Amino acid sequence: MTAGRLVQWYKRPGETVRRGDIIAEVDTDKGAIDIEVFATGVLERILVQPGQKVPVGTPLAIIGEEAKGAAAPSAVPPTQPVPTVPSAEPAAEERMRQAIAAAVARSKREIPHFYLGTTISLQRATAWLADRNASRPVPDRLLMSVLFLKAVALALRETPDLNGRWEQGRALPNPAIHVGMAIALRGGGVVAPAIHDTDHCSLDELMKRSQDLVRRARTGGLRSSELSDPTITVTSLGERGVDTVFGVIYPPQVAIVGFGRIVDRPWVSGGQLVAHPVVSATLAADHRVTDGHRAALFLAAVDTLLQDPTRL
Amino acid sequence: MTRDAIRDAVLRILGGIAPEADLTKLRPDIPFRDQLDIDSMDFLNFVIALDKELRVDVPETDYSRITTLAGCVDYLSAQLGER
Repeated sequence: MTAGRLVQWYKRPGETVRRGDIIAEVDTDKGAIDIEVFATGVLERILVQPGQKVPVGTPLAIIGEEAKGAAAPSAVPPTQPVPTVPSAEPAAEERMRQAIAAAVARSKREIPHFYLGTTISLQRATAWLADRNASRPVPDRLLMSVLFLKAVALALRETPDLNGRWEQGRALPNPAIHVGMAIALRGGGVVAPAIHDTDHCSLDELMKRSQDLVRRARTGGLRSSELSDPTITVTSLGERGVDTVFGVIYPPQVAIVGFGRIVDRPWVSGGQLVAHPVVSATLAADHRVTDGHRAALFLAAVDTLLQDPTRL
Repeated sequence: MTRDAIRDAVLRILGGIAPEADLTKLRPDIPFRDQLDIDSMDFLNFVIALDKELRVDVPETDYSRITTLAGCVDYLSAQLGER
């Protein structure tokens, strides 16, 4: 993404804005994005008018006082490679394809990926989930993908080097864990917006938030922070399709976790051959940032957590 | 509710989930998840819509009975007929 066109302002000069407020809509090659303000203060002056097209990083407005060092929100999140928002227009789809192409080409050009994989039994997780869902009305049921998101987030606490960015030649681990959830768009394209503070969300919260993200990813209305904040990505192919997915890291992130289809397979448990639902979990990681041993510890931690869903 | 009315309701819900699909080409005896590229979240939304619009709460253990249009209409007819 190199530029954006300002579509409309939601606030006027003189109005008070609070951190997190959506103040403008910007059309980009990744679709329409809601621009959030990063500081609380007063919207003093608008610098970019509706219809104007400006380069990434251009200040859109000046936010004054109330908050010290209030920064002007920039046109679009800098360094943001994640594409977004579907559209019926071929032109928009083509632009999104170009944005994905730019991100993955940069990834494969710059990031020395290495890959690890393991097969995880979901016998306990499946039984726990079925039991829990049986006693709940339809809208409160959970999907296995939510357990995966939480297990990844909690495992990252033990291997923080996988959670963050690689920028200007060095690793910048992030103290907060914002898992990006890869969402396939109907008709092609993919977007991976963040679920903020994933490790602090309950499974119920994660379910609601992932449903909301899927809805907004497909109909528009993703927020700028959701696109700029992921510290790692999880791609979960669900119960159909393929056994294993080897992901391409979204720069500047340093890892992507993949979950394949959940299938019944022969499994040895307590010396007995039994059928278990299993899933292939993979990790693609940036070898500049971390090594095989650390990465293996991460996948092992995900496995351990999924063996005891009450910890999630 | 007649079978036709149930069928129409199911198709309307599927149309909301897969707006780009041509439902006139949907084959009733083949799983619609494959025909309409419906993932697990879409399917859950389908079940939520059945609950909301037809007042039928399909338990997870019965999901396998509503994977095709024909199976789904049979299942819902039976559930609604019992009332």
